[in-house]
Amino acid sequence: MHDPSNNGDVRIGFYICHCGHNIAGMVDCPAVAQYVGRLPGVAVSRDYKYMCSDPGQALIGQDIRDHGINRVVVASCSPLLHEHTFRNAVEAAGLNPFFFQMVNIREHDSWVHTDRAEATEKAKALAHAAIRRVRFHRALQTTKVPIHPDVLVVGGGIAGIHAALTLANGGKNVYLVEREPSIGGHMAKFDKTFPTLDCAACILTPKMSAVRAHENITLWTYSEVVKVEGYVGNYTVTVRRKPRYINEELCVGCQECIKACIYKEAKFPDEFNVGLSKRKPIYIPFPQAVPQVVVIDPERCLQIKTGKCKRTCIEACADRQAIDLTQKEQIVQVKVGNIILATGFKLFDAKRIPQYGYGRYPNVVTSLELERLVTSSGPTGGEVVLRDGRAPKSVGFILCVGSRDFKTNRWCSRTCCMHSMKLAQLVREHTGADVTIFYLDIRAPGKGCEEFYDKSLKDGIQFVRGRVAEVTDWALTPEEEGKLVIRAEDTLAGVVRRIPVDMIVLAVGMEAQADAQQVRRLFNMSCGTEGWFLEKHPKLAPVSTFTDGVFIAGCCQGPKDIPDSIAQAGAAAAEAMALIDRGYIEQEPNTAYISEEDCSGCKSCVPLCPYKAIGFDEARQKAVVNAALCKGCGTCVAACPSGSIHQHLFEDDEIFSEIEGVLAHA
Amino acid sequence: MIYSYFPGCSLKGLGRAYEESLLPVMRHLGVELVELEDWNCCGATAYMSVDERKACVLAARNLAIAEKAGPHDLVTPCSACYLVLNKTKHQLQDSEQMRATVQTALGTAGLTYAGNTPVRHPLDVLVHDVGLDVVKERVVRPLTGLKVAPYYGCQVVRPYATFDDAWNPTTMDRLLAALGAEVVDFPLKTKCCGASLTGTLPEAGLRLSYILLKEAKRRGADVIATICPLCQFNLDAYHDKLAKRWGPVRIPTVYITQLMGLAFGIPAEELGLNRCFVPMKPLPAAPAPAPA
Repeated sequence: MHDPSNNGDVRIGFYICHCGHNIAGMVDCPAVAQYVGRLPGVAVSRDYKYMCSDPGQALIGQDIRDHGINRVVVASCSPLLHEHTFRNAVEAAGLNPFFFQMVNIREHDSWVHTDRAEATEKAKALAHAAIRRVRFHRALQTTKVPIHPDVLVVGGGIAGIHAALTLANGGKNVYLVEREPSIGGHMAKFDKTFPTLDCAACILTPKMSAVRAHENITLWTYSEVVKVEGYVGNYTVTVRRKPRYINEELCVGCQECIKACIYKEAKFPDEFNVGLSKRKPIYIPFPQAVPQVVVIDPERCLQIKTGKCKRTCIEACADRQAIDLTQKEQIVQVKVGNIILATGFKLFDAKRIPQYGYGRYPNVVTSLELERLVTSSGPTGGEVVLRDGRAPKSVGFILCVGSRDFKTNRWCSRTCCMHSMKLAQLVREHTGADVTIFYLDIRAPGKGCEEFYDKSLKDGIQFVRGRVAEVTDWALTPEEEGKLVIRAEDTLAGVVRRIPVDMIVLAVGMEAQADAQQVRRLFNMSCGTEGWFLEKHPKLAPVSTFTDGVFIAGCCQGPKDIPDSIAQAGAAAAEAMALIDRGYIEQEPNTAYISEEDCSGCKSCVPLCPYKAIGFDEARQKAVVNAALCKGCGTCVAACPSGSIHQHLFEDDEIFSEIEGVLAHA
Repeated sequence: MIYSYFPGCSLKGLGRAYEESLLPVMRHLGVELVELEDWNCCGATAYMSVDERKACVLAARNLAIAEKAGPHDLVTPCSACYLVLNKTKHQLQDSEQMRATVQTALGTAGLTYAGNTPVRHPLDVLVHDVGLDVVKERVVRPLTGLKVAPYYGCQVVRPYATFDDAWNPTTMDRLLAALGAEVVDFPLKTKCCGASLTGTLPEAGLRLSYILLKEAKRRGADVIATICPLCQFNLDAYHDKLAKRWGPVRIPTVYITQLMGLAFGIPAEELGLNRCFVPMKPLPAAPAPAPA
């Protein structure tokens, strides 16, 4: 057992941070410093405006040198934010960095309380606890664990593609896993991009091809991650490769098999065209798909379903023999050091707002459906038409469908204003139709976006401010006969409007993927209440997560446009690269350890460990902790019947004295 | 199946055709409606906006009587009664203060309110308790060929959409389909009929009635089916004024229960159908039964 007397003469330095007004606004910092200054063992007690600043940190070093301080307590923000900062400051002055304890009086105190006197008392109690505890701190060493240089990128939309290419161009090996048969994501479905109106395909498809061609990228489409084990630097990832019934190595994408399919006509809704066109059971998702490999839908293929088909596709591919209807799913395992998640978003289901008539009125379409209609490679060859083939003479856009709405989703989806204005301009260009946009507020904050809004106004697009009440087809006047009618309050004019149009476009918002919760658990991350993956810090660590070595990019973190997605993807790649190029990660020493003389070899701890970090030495009949795997959760420490498992930084004397400290003040 | 029954004042006066058809139809389906003894005015929607406290006491008295009458759900056919009784239940559930006030008032009459009697609409009971299959079985005279616009009015699904969708209710649509009728797609099914504005502010109120009638006609409906006495009256009683102002929009408006009665083979005169201002045409000749 550790003998606290070895700690010698304990001289504690205490520092309370004002954090501007963040703490000082609710806690009387000088009073706390004065209180702590009188506690036994405290040699120095100070309050300071910003402890994390250079002069704040210098203060600690100065006291260590001048006053012989050998323990340091800082009362400030969350350890998540600045524990490292202060440990480094302590270490720079020659002390072991673990002779330091941090007290969170911001998130745990000043930010959550409203009574200044009580908040000050709470700060004193928390500080007292740390003063009692730090006396027992031991000198500890971090360990260095090498980092595997390969990276896993999950999701092959524009964010995943950009992250993979950035890493690959930097010489790193990347595994890019995409669950659809082709990479490209939502961006591949877009015609032009706002606010520059440059062609989405022209800027995306070269990047998609580059992924396929890059020697450092292993592309696994139609595949999903099913298991993630290990820790930063040393992840083992299991990927399920769904059978596409085509040998990817042999298929050249000639599509002869598709022509030869027993189904002469395409019959099944085409996912890429959001159901606006049809495909066969054997198909290629879209002309620019990467990889250029066909895929067979087992739910639709006559041979796979019934075994009764002439197998004309196999005949057509006789010389290459790329079709393999017996293909089974494959499970592959890879080792990587870092993981980037770019799993994207799903669109709001417009049927959830029945009063807008989606699914009831054929000419009420979503913004993505219109996007496919205006695209020259789309189901109508770029013609914007109604379901009966006529060109619309008037089109209404309804914004914030499933966004900024207390009944559905409260957040702003950020892209729909601009996306709708882009579509509005394209509709006018293609059809000359009158366009009216119903909006709550126009949000056009991106570069060049306000100018685009300005252009939309000048181009004669009508804007009506107000949330649309309903879309209906009952006519009040002869002009309304046969039209869809938008009923809305015009909040600028102060009147209720009825505007008859031929086509209505619902600007559906973005939502987290339906399986975001499963993915979150798979990668051991957090989600916000809305389901978006949670970044480590909203400002300072926007692409990091609370799991080291797992980064997020693009819309899985929250709604954003293409430039922002790409910026995040680049940032995530750079964060991963910084870890890889350092070559190792430093592991916290707060791991469990076993005092062997007390271990009875009962093995209670072994199955309890959620990280599989405890093994058993059969020869010596003792449990063994693998420090590299141990996350310091403390489960085994609490469970050990003989009390033989301890944890660095959470020793009994440290915890008990901490509790006594709180109680002593109370 | 036994339910307590709160008819409300309309079903004894203006809307007596509703009761005249509801009772035999329910009896036909094996549903017993036991009228509450000594019920009083629900307060209607107007009293709530004049004095919420007194309105709650007034309505709660009926709920208390229903609780005393037995452990049955309370059925009330009038949309205003249905809304007011449910609103009162919500008020009493949400506000301790209101509960205390109401208890004191009820106490002076030897009554208490525990809040355990659900207030149900006949549509809810017909579709969810009785079931469309049972309704279908009872149909002897299918309404084949009759085009019906289902009109729910504003109160049964708003603000409390308890048994149907607030924006697009379908219970009456399904009920009509079970009777063999052709259901007209009627997007105005929950729009306002004008309510009491037809009397107090005819310019606004009548226009709302007109819109409903005109659209039902435009969509080829033979008849409008409703579940609310005030809706029925507004859509039935002002055709002269409407015609003078906007042109004729004559189309009969009847209660769903009247159509059910016809389909069950109950004679029209026993269903109060003679009370309509705009009479419903006799049903088209029954289709010849398919040869066995």
